[in-house]
Amino acid sequence: MIKHLRSAADLDAATATLILDTAAEMAALAGREVKKLPTLRGRTVVNLFYEDSTRTRISFEAAAKRLSADVINFSAKGSSVSKGESLKDTALTLQAMGADAVVIRHSASGAPHRLASWVDGSVINAGDGTHEHPTQALLDAYTMRSRLGRLDGLKVAIVGDVLHSRVARSNVLLLSTLGAQVTLVGPPTLIPVDIAAALEPKTKVSYDLDSVLPDMDVVMMLRVQTERMQDSYFPSAREYSRRYGLDLARMRKLPEHAIVMHPGPMNRGMEITPEVADSSRSTIVEQVANGVSARMAVLYLLLGGKA
Amino acid sequence: MASPRADTTSKIILSGSDLHRVVDRIAHQILEKTSGATGTVLLGIPTRGVPLAQRLAARIHAFEDIDVPVGSLDITLYRDDLRLHATRALGKTELPGGGIDGRRVILVDDVLFSGRTVRAALDALNDVGRPSSVQLAVLVDRGHRQLPIRADYVGKNIPTALSESVRVSLTETDGLDEVNLTGAPGGEA
Amino acid sequence: MSGFLLKGVSVVGGAPTDLVIRDGVISADKSGAEVIDAAGLVALPGLVDLHTHLREPGREDAETVETGSRAAALGGYTAVCAMANTSPVADTAGVVEQVWRLGREAGLVDVQPIGAVTVGLAGKQLAEVGAMATSAANVRIFSDDGFCVADPRLMRRALEYVKAFDGIIAQHAEEPRLTEGAQMHEGEVSTRLGLTGWPAVAEEAIIARDVLLAEHVGSRLHVCHVSTAGSVEVLRQAKARGVRVTAEVTPHHLLLTDELAASYDPVFKVNPPLRTSSDVAALREALVEGVIDVVATDHAPHAVEDKECEWAYARPGMLGLETALSIVISVLGERWDLIADRMSRTPARIAGLAGHGTDLAVGSPANLTLVDPSARRVVDPAELASRSRNTPYSGTTLPGRIVATFLRGEPTVLDGKAVK
Repeated sequence: MIKHLRSAADLDAATATLILDTAAEMAALAGREVKKLPTLRGRTVVNLFYEDSTRTRISFEAAAKRLSADVINFSAKGSSVSKGESLKDTALTLQAMGADAVVIRHSASGAPHRLASWVDGSVINAGDGTHEHPTQALLDAYTMRSRLGRLDGLKVAIVGDVLHSRVARSNVLLLSTLGAQVTLVGPPTLIPVDIAAALEPKTKVSYDLDSVLPDMDVVMMLRVQTERMQDSYFPSAREYSRRYGLDLARMRKLPEHAIVMHPGPMNRGMEITPEVADSSRSTIVEQVANGVSARMAVLYLLLGGKA
Repeated sequence: MASPRADTTSKIILSGSDLHRVVDRIAHQILEKTSGATGTVLLGIPTRGVPLAQRLAARIHAFEDIDVPVGSLDITLYRDDLRLHATRALGKTELPGGGIDGRRVILVDDVLFSGRTVRAALDALNDVGRPSSVQLAVLVDRGHRQLPIRADYVGKNIPTALSESVRVSLTETDGLDEVNLTGAPGGEA
Repeated sequence: MSGFLLKGVSVVGGAPTDLVIRDGVISADKSGAEVIDAAGLVALPGLVDLHTHLREPGREDAETVETGSRAAALGGYTAVCAMANTSPVADTAGVVEQVWRLGREAGLVDVQPIGAVTVGLAGKQLAEVGAMATSAANVRIFSDDGFCVADPRLMRRALEYVKAFDGIIAQHAEEPRLTEGAQMHEGEVSTRLGLTGWPAVAEEAIIARDVLLAEHVGSRLHVCHVSTAGSVEVLRQAKARGVRVTAEVTPHHLLLTDELAASYDPVFKVNPPLRTSSDVAALREALVEGVIDVVATDHAPHAVEDKECEWAYARPGMLGLETALSIVISVLGERWDLIADRMSRTPARIAGLAGHGTDLAVGSPANLTLVDPSARRVVDPAELASRSRNTPYSGTTLPGRIVATFLRGEPTVLDGKAVK
């Protein structure tokens, strides 16, 4: 088993599949009255959050607690972190506390890689800058597999601000590993240079959402921050949502079985209309529930054996 | 670990036909001790406990035309030795429709050894429901208990040395039915 | 002491001969000189670095004039040009004279201060460059290095103004609007790593603009740390047209690529960033050809806390003085005349440093270094003379070792060790 989960690229097809299978078992357990399992008793999981992300932190916390791990939340606010303690000094502190795993959220790309070089425990990337968010990709893949029955051969469009999206990068890597075909869609200003060469040569790029939709099994809408307008990535929110937003008319272009995903939090009215977000094709609420199962699977597989 | 000579010490404890007779006997014993298996559920412990439980249910059906619900109970997440091994993949937990509350659960496993697996199974069972009673059926009891646990139904008692290992093969999981004892008694452990 | 006799030395790759150093100059008088067995060793004119950050005043925790001078001597240098981005900035006669004086006191290399082009490197107002030129430090090169003189009108004025005293503007070519938040070369690797890209065009656009400005006003322009194949093309065309432009390349841009960022170890973070292997190939070719005139280290010491951190928070820059010659040997091979040209003669000429970069002929100032080309060494950051440890070559085996360095006939390095 791998030691760290810093990037979706850390996962080969067998490992990724094992995580999804394990997540399925975890999800089955979530239905019962006693949700807690004794598996990680005595293990310490630190949630080290340099960025506010209540959703992700709560998801990891629930996952760790259901496996009976001791959870320590170490957030940037109101701790020594905001007083300028370096990541390395914080790492040494966590090391001294005997953290078996550190779940790190950080605004700097690569912070989990740095952390992994300073602590003995496992490092789990809960989102680093504009780099990756591998557990989000796992829960997305899990959601696709449970809705559509497979991943191999699935056609997935990821739409929006790919340039700044850690979710997009992790999804391209993981979905490609598991045999899906990813098409990235967005204005050229928000598609990073050499993306296919950088991540996976099979990846397609399109600037035209309408032409892509009829062929897709999954369309994943990314959050687009209106502030990007100030940097001239696109002229206005109105023009963006006209060209790249998912509304009912566009949703009808999708095949009957296709699903609509969004990693949240949504900008309703910007990249997705409320009717689409709340439609039966939308998996947005499921994604949240699946997040706990996927993270339980990751914690179990990283911490549930001989260190 | 196994030297080239170790194979020569491998010995068949139960042949395929022996194994079938043993399963038949346990099925009969269950019928006898549970007054016709009423209110009884068989839960196999993955991996080999699951096909054994299914075989017992099939034999009970063959003998008395009674349908005993069968399920599986994975105990991996309850093991006390997780840290001693590489991470294990999870098995399936599938309770029969109707659940286990108020029923007599018979746990089924292939080998009873230290008793730790059964201990984990009792913990796991506790989290999925409240049976009226719990019994244990095993194909082989090889001794060396580390916990105060005994089986209600034993296919065969096999005295072993700690250095030996008992390997159960089943058609469903291994392609043939057979039980082997390998490793020399008193040999290099 | 009456001088040194370097016995059996190869002068810039020539046949073994004897070289006498006496009274600060190369001499023919062997009598009583201390003999150094120099068989198999190569004598080069003392190396000259056009681009060194000595960090004093302001960041003496990272480097001082003294520790940087020692590192330079151990790297075979006899003169270094100290960049102006100190704290306070070297934008007045007072600061450049202070640096110059500290260099004299250290006495290990000639420290030639570079003056800032603009006050506080802020890019707004021309610094008192004339006063720096006429100060004791005798400043001839002006640079806002670390920042680009981005305002085209200010750049034009600076180029024009320094003509009065044969000054030269050394430009850090980086269009700031194209590199806001930039962390590494923009390309495949930056996309994969999710690090904001520093596009090659941000350098090329400024060089293109500046060669046109220099041509227009008839001034001398020097381009710092050229890093892209596109920049090489711009320079090639400008030189063909007769523009008075010179350019430098760093050892690391001749060897390392952006793939190294994949570790997220900021020891590989530098500005301009490491580029691709095709850029590296173009830079090597340009250096051999002379489109790029010199190798300059951009020696940039940083304190541990500025490097042992997240990539985005780390300061850019790497050590260079103590490894430069080895890198150049591994890149160019043992082409000693070419190396002497790109690392000594040409930089000395550009900087106007009389007495440096001269041929080792009788009567010439004895500024030279002695290299053992057959030696191999494993770079150990702890053994470096620099006060900082941010070398990208930790653990790598490099060819060549400096055995001795002489500054005006006085040894600054003997037996591979600094004499003070």
